[in-house]
Amino acid sequence: MFGYLMISLAVIFVAVFTFLPIIASLGLSLFSWDVISPPTFVGLKNFKRLVADSATVHSFGVTLVLAVGIVALQLSLGLALAVLVNQRTSTWAKTTFRTIFYLPLLASTAAVSIFMGYLFDAKFGVINYYLNLLGISSVPWLTSTWGSMITIVLIAVWQQVGFTFVLFVAALTSVPTDVLEAAAIDGASPLRTLFRVKIPLISPTILFATVVAMINALQLFDQPFIMTKGGPGTATTTATIIMYQTGFQNLQFGYASAIAIVLLLIILAITGIQFLAARKLVFYQ
Amino acid sequence: MSLQAVVTRPRPGLKVANVVGVVVLIIAAMFALGPLLWTLTTSLRTPAEAFTNPPQWLPLHPDFSNYSSVFDQIPIGTFFVNSTIVTGLIVVGQTITCTLSGYAFAMVRFPGKNIIFGIFLATMMVPLQTIIIPVFVIVKDLGLSDSLGSLIVPALGSAFGTFLMRQYFMQMPVELGEAARVDGASRFKVFYLVYARMAAPAIATLAILNFSGFWAEFYRPLIFLQSQDKFTLPLGLVGLQGNLGTGSISVVLAGVILAMIPSVVLFIVAQRYFIAGVTAGSFR
Repeated sequence: MFGYLMISLAVIFVAVFTFLPIIASLGLSLFSWDVISPPTFVGLKNFKRLVADSATVHSFGVTLVLAVGIVALQLSLGLALAVLVNQRTSTWAKTTFRTIFYLPLLASTAAVSIFMGYLFDAKFGVINYYLNLLGISSVPWLTSTWGSMITIVLIAVWQQVGFTFVLFVAALTSVPTDVLEAAAIDGASPLRTLFRVKIPLISPTILFATVVAMINALQLFDQPFIMTKGGPGTATTTATIIMYQTGFQNLQFGYASAIAIVLLLIILAITGIQFLAARKLVFYQ
Repeated sequence: MSLQAVVTRPRPGLKVANVVGVVVLIIAAMFALGPLLWTLTTSLRTPAEAFTNPPQWLPLHPDFSNYSSVFDQIPIGTFFVNSTIVTGLIVVGQTITCTLSGYAFAMVRFPGKNIIFGIFLATMMVPLQTIIIPVFVIVKDLGLSDSLGSLIVPALGSAFGTFLMRQYFMQMPVELGEAARVDGASRFKVFYLVYARMAAPAIATLAILNFSGFWAEFYRPLIFLQSQDKFTLPLGLVGLQGNLGTGSISVVLAGVILAMIPSVVLFIVAQRYFIAGVTAGSFR
């Protein structure tokens, strides 16, 4: 009885505001509902519509491209910075760099989208100003298809890289020194030690960081919604933006639920693929 | 040669690599800090010169008028209060619900425990977008539409928070509680007086994670709130930017800086819990 009492509050809230909504979302995806009139059962019609709806299919493509770009850059940059900071011997240097790389995470994505929008402005932005000084002509960062996609990736990575960095520094610090000493005695170069000893030893953390970064990136919403409204055209219209527009602007709750379910399935599938691929690559001690 | 000498013996080329490494780190640090520094210094320029290049990296003649303009042009004080209420109540609420449930899942035996905990774990994989429509409908049915309650109530429990607290309680020795029980303490007293106090670091980590997440939250406020007097800071700032256009970006940036101050202060006093939250939060 004591156990049930203790979990009761958490169970009530998780049941009503997480578990029930998952079931309801699955159910709603089989209905047509405009919120005002009662919902009507339509079977798999929403999913058939989704597959044929080029705007929605395109938004899933955009989501995947942006997510892969963000994860690849965030992971490689985070790892490189962590390796470099890990080589520093002074605690002061380690703490300072950790603080600096963590700072962007203290701003909200909304705030970041606002000031980055000014910095990446094609005409008046600071970034094009400095590029011009270097003799490079202005880049249409937010006003061209590729420019806007690259900008969104860069901004997401700028903010999130500290997260990956902190994870990797913690993992690298826990690599046992006797292993590194053994590598040094065998005459392994620092670069060889990095790729043959350190990276294999922290591979579980790398898998972990990849999975988490991917799950987050597939839900990308704030930055494109605030900075480009999904544009220019549909260049940065992610699946979550289409879902928001369908559900909360066009009030097509059934169809929006179907999009949400497909997003969930894609996230589950990609996470599963990552774990399968990792079986060969990840080294567990 | 001693082992230490072998490991630390100078290598040709290592010094160069070392210098290159430091230079790369400093450049990366400049890129990380640059946009934040630009935001701060530009918020101290007059609106007229805010968008002129080159940017002023040192605020030689700081102009604080933007900071009072933010208060004139949007109810940023109200946004601040709203964000504080929402974030504060969620932090307190989850601390209570997750500490209770995390303890029970770790330390108390009862039928169905593993099944219920398994369901909790399964829900952690589901993104917010997938459940937002039903949550929106439930919030409406509860009469919470367009209120701060619409943000607070659905977030008072958390499968992730329960998981985090359970992991921490799992490492604690059961013998302590058994000894207290023999001495006649009730089961709740054992939890409250013995274990909950030892869980302070985990509670702090959960609180920091929740603060960071909900103080910065944009998606749910965008969907749940319509009236400006209910807006939280991120939503209010985006609205401010939309209203003003490019005319007075220094005012918008002053708002951005103001909204960041609580996070920065908290980071300064509780940095280790932010760092602990990264490792813990990555299970999310």
